[in-house]
Parts: sequence; C-alpha cells; structure tokens
Amino acid sequence: MSSPGHFGEYGGRFVPEALIGALNELEIAHNTAQKDPEFLAELAELHRTYTGRPSIITEAKRFSEHAGGARIFLKREDLNHTGSHKINNVLGQALLTKRMGKKRIIAETGAGQHGVASATAAALMGLDCVVYMGEEDTHRQALNVARMKLLGAEVVPVTSGSRTLKDAINEAMRDWVTNVADTHYLLGTVAGPHPFPTMVRDFHKIIGEEAREQMLALTGRLPDAILACVGGGSNAIGIFNAFIPDSDVRLIGLEAGGDGVETGRHAATITGGTPGVLHGTRSYVLQDANGQTIESHSISAGLDYPGVGPEHAYLHDIGRAEYRAINDDAAMAAFSLLSRTEGIIPAIETAHALAGAILVGKELGPTANLLINLSGRGDKDVQTAAEYFGIPL
Amino acid sequence: MTQLDSVMAKVRAENRAALIAYIPAGFPSQEGCAKAIQALAAAGVDAIEIGFPYSDPVMDGPVIQEAAEISLKGGTNAADVFAALKVATDTGVAAVVMTYWNPIERYGVNEFAQSIANNGGSGVITPDLTIEESDRWLAATSKTGINPIYVVAPSTNDARLADVTAKTGGFVYAASLMGVTGTRTSVSTDASNLVSRVRTVTDLPISVGLGVSTREQAKSLAAYADGVIVGSAFIKLLLEAKTEQEGLDAISHLAKELALGVREGR
Repeated sequence: MSSPGHFGEYGGRFVPEALIGALNELEIAHNTAQKDPEFLAELAELHRTYTGRPSIITEAKRFSEHAGGARIFLKREDLNHTGSHKINNVLGQALLTKRMGKKRIIAETGAGQHGVASATAAALMGLDCVVYMGEEDTHRQALNVARMKLLGAEVVPVTSGSRTLKDAINEAMRDWVTNVADTHYLLGTVAGPHPFPTMVRDFHKIIGEEAREQMLALTGRLPDAILACVGGGSNAIGIFNAFIPDSDVRLIGLEAGGDGVETGRHAATITGGTPGVLHGTRSYVLQDANGQTIESHSISAGLDYPGVGPEHAYLHDIGRAEYRAINDDAAMAAFSLLSRTEGIIPAIETAHALAGAILVGKELGPTANLLINLSGRGDKDVQTAAEYFGIPL
Repeated sequence: MTQLDSVMAKVRAENRAALIAYIPAGFPSQEGCAKAIQALAAAGVDAIEIGFPYSDPVMDGPVIQEAAEISLKGGTNAADVFAALKVATDTGVAAVVMTYWNPIERYGVNEFAQSIANNGGSGVITPDLTIEESDRWLAATSKTGINPIYVVAPSTNDARLADVTAKTGGFVYAASLMGVTGTRTSVSTDASNLVSRVRTVTDLPISVGLGVSTREQAKSLAAYADGVIVGSAFIKLLLEAKTEQEGLDAISHLAKELALGVREGR
C-alpha cells in the first residue's frame, strides 16, 4: 500500500464532496474499533453465538476424484447464519453503525445474500433497513426478496440501467448522499471508496485466519492453492488475506466468464477489463473506449458486476494472486457435481470456485492440497438451477 | 484568465449573479443539443455547462439520468462533447464541461484538458474527483490554462472548504443541499449558510446549484451567490415537449425568466 486507502495505483476515493465527512467518520470509527478490545470482544461473541463461527472445514473426497485426485478442503462459510460469508462484514458494520449513533442502514444486493445478511443484522440490532436490488435480480432471486421482507427490511427494486447490482449500488449511493446524516451505507463488498475495501476485508479476514490454523492442524502444512470466486471480491479477500505472506501458497480468484470472455458477455473484470474508476474506487472496470461502463453478464447474480475490489487489482498486477474466468456452463457443471458427490448444494457464485478447483486439481495432481472458500449455500439458487437443468417446478 | 473568469468579473461589476445553464451533450439529439445551446445563449445565459453523459451517474436524479440515457443511446462520445462545447463557445458565452471522472481518465488526463482548451472551453467541473486524487488533473489544467472547478457541499467542514477552494478556479460550485440533482420546490437554507462559510475562506466567485427551477428561486439565490446554476429544469422541459420546437421555445422562455431573476436579487 502506497498510502492509506490505496493499493498501489488502485483504491482511493472518487466520490461527491458531500460524502467525504461520512467516509472520514467511518474511517475513524473503524480504526478506533479495531483497537478497542471491547468492540472486538463483542463481535467475537456475536460470531460465536449467532454466526456460528468458527466455520468448519469439510474434506470433499468424492468430489476430489473429479479434480485430478488432489485433496480438496472446503471452508464452510455456507454454514454461517444466513447462509454465506456476508454475515461477517454485516455484523461488524452494524456494530459500527450503532457506535456512530446512526439509526438507518441501506445496502445494495445482487444475489440477495448481502441484503439478507443486512436485514438480519438490522433486525438483531433494531436498525431501519432499506435494500436496493436490481429489478432483474429481484426476479432471479425471488426467495431472498421474500426473506428480506420477512426480516422487516424494505426492498426497493431498481429499474435504471442494466437493473442489476451495478445499478443497485448507484441507487444506494444516491440515497446515501441525500440521507447521510442519519444513515450508514452498509456496502457489501471490498469495493467502493476508502475505507470500504480495507474495512470489509478486516471483517472477512477471519475466514483465512481460521482456515490457516485448521489446515495446519488437519494436514500439517499450508495448502498449495486457495481458490475463491470473485465478483466484488469479499469472500476471496477474506480467505486470501492470512495467506498473502505465505509466498508458496497460490491464491486463485475465479471470475464469472458468463458466455465466455471472448463473447463480451461476461463479468470477468480483471481477465477482460481495464483500469478505471467505478463506484468511488480505481480498479479494473469493464468499460468502453469512452469510459462508459459495459453491462456484465453472468448466470450468478452475485458475480454479475462490472467492477472488482481494488486490492484484487493490486494483487493481480504484482503477481501475488492469479485470476481466471469460469463460464456459466462450467460453473453449473461444478454446482451439480458438488451436490451429487458431497451432498452440498453450493451457491452458483461459489460454483465458479469449485469449477476452478477441478481445473487446478488436474493441473497439480494428487499430491496437491486445495482450499476452497465455500462462500455460500445454494438454496436461493434452486429456481435458477432447476431452470438450467430442466427440472420442472 | 479564462472567459469564465471574465464573465464572473463582469457580473460582479454589474452587481448581479451569473445565470449558468447545464445541458448534456447529445441531448435530446446531437442537432437538438446544438439548437438548445444556441437558444439558451440567445435568451441571456452567461455561461453553459456541457454535461458528459455517463453510464453510472450517482450524483444525478431521475431527470438527468433519463437525459444521459437518451444521449448515450444516441452514441454520444467525447468528440460530441467537445463539439457541443465548441457550439457554446462560438455563441460568445463562457462554457465548461461537467463530467464524472472516469471518462477523463479513459480519454487521457492531459489530452482531455487540451481538448477543452482547443475548443474554447474555460474549465471542467468534476463532481466526483476529490482533491486527494487530483494531482495529475491539476497539473493538466494548469498547463492548459483552464479552470478546475470543484463542488463543495453543506457537509464539507471549514478546514476542508479552505483546502478544496485553494485548488479551485473559475468559481466554487456550492451544492445547495445534501442530495442528487433535480428540481426542488424550495432551495434549502443550507445554501446561504454554505455560501457564507465559503466566503470566509476564498475570494473566488461562488455559484449555487441543485434544485433551482424558477425566477423566484434565482432571485433569492442571487441575493448572496455570484452564480445560479440550472440544469434539471431545462432538461425536464425538453423531455416533456411534444416537438423539438416546443422544447426550444420552453427553455428559451425559462432562461429569459431566470435571467431576470439573477438581476433582481440585490
């Protein structure tokens, strides 16, 4: 990091002046909380008694037969309360919201997992909650819309632009500019203006810290490679972070290749994008020659985003992490394979990491140990998957 | 000294506020935009902001979003923005471009500043460029002699107002309220408080934008501001018009009313 909030040439703040005060307030609140034993103890207790941490590790022995025989270990973030890693960040930010004396949170959501987690934390802590969700995604993820409503949140379908996650973020930022005095924007990924990429990483790094100890205890050594899906990149940073100093451990991010990067219909921002500014941060962006954002495409609502967290851009450029694209079909094949070989239905987002593990396992062979962040469960995707596989509902 | 600097000095000498109109390039069409610029200039606006339509306009309300979407569907690119800027400067008014940062970075920071200068433009308003990220841009605007115009908000504290205005040229863009662009029935009292606070840290002219749509509002702002910025109100008229001519007549009428308003404030 060259300066606070920057990862090499990436990161920073590209926002209306109206938000600077709130971002400074948030940065101070976060830095103070990270050094406050009382805050850390409160969050740890919530994780123990509410989230269900530490999450376990499951070895996927039958799945491994299809992945070159490499040993495959799944970090089970899908078993967290609300069904994904998203709860880690949400509980942290909700506690900060209370500390800042704000009564209302707003959030964007793609797959609905971050929206559900936000609505959950709001219910737990007595905060008002409004979730912005692209209209297209409200159809793809109807079950999660109902969950958020049951939890007492208001869900606002966003009808501008591509009607997906990107536009939900635009609308959340407009709300925040207007209501910043009493509202915290509970951003759900490691993107956006400083301090979000750093703060959200800090709340998710527990994934990698636990996994590093668990892998050492289980196998007596560090894994050869860590794999995670990357949309904005929060679950990937969460599991990568503790292993960044371990230079022998390969860090592999799997982006959404959609119909194929070569078709232009994809969401593989690092693989197929260029450096630019989107949603308050400099990172890789899917953009045209005029700097207009290009709409992304993916079967996975949670990865369907034309930007990516700035730390991933940096890790890519310095060669510490590698990023590959997984097409829709390969992801769905891995989705089916894990369901049938291990009895675990993963989120379609997570299936991209599993498809990556099949490739990397074959490359590295049976002596390799691979750790995969099983970032979410697939209940929310049953309708999409049933349609994809032709199962009548 | 840019033409914008001259215009702001002139209106100060005349003891009134400047009327500044915003229109996105390529809206309602490339030709329609040129005609709208000419109609606004003829009706007495002192300066024109040409908007660079952007796919993710997080500072804009529904009216400017819709205009940007129409413009982008028409294929508007950087060349069209500079062409619209040229149309404006050819009418004799001061003209600037207002754009989110990414199109500048994509075009090339130095090249963008140079193209503004080459087309007679006075400066660029950059609503999402913070001063912390501005080093390359300020080097480019300084080299090409154009005004870097920054936006300040009611939530900007006094220390930061001093920092931001120290980097600003042309005028300080004071956002009248916490929120996105769009017409409001009243312009909040935040505006006068903000303008007073900006006065204590800079001698630069101060223009107020966000929410202005009527002669009465222009008049009340002109009592204490050096410039009154109107955008969504013009765009709304163009969106609602049944024919292009009806739209041009409507914005011309509103511009004349507002031009009276900015002269009645003091």
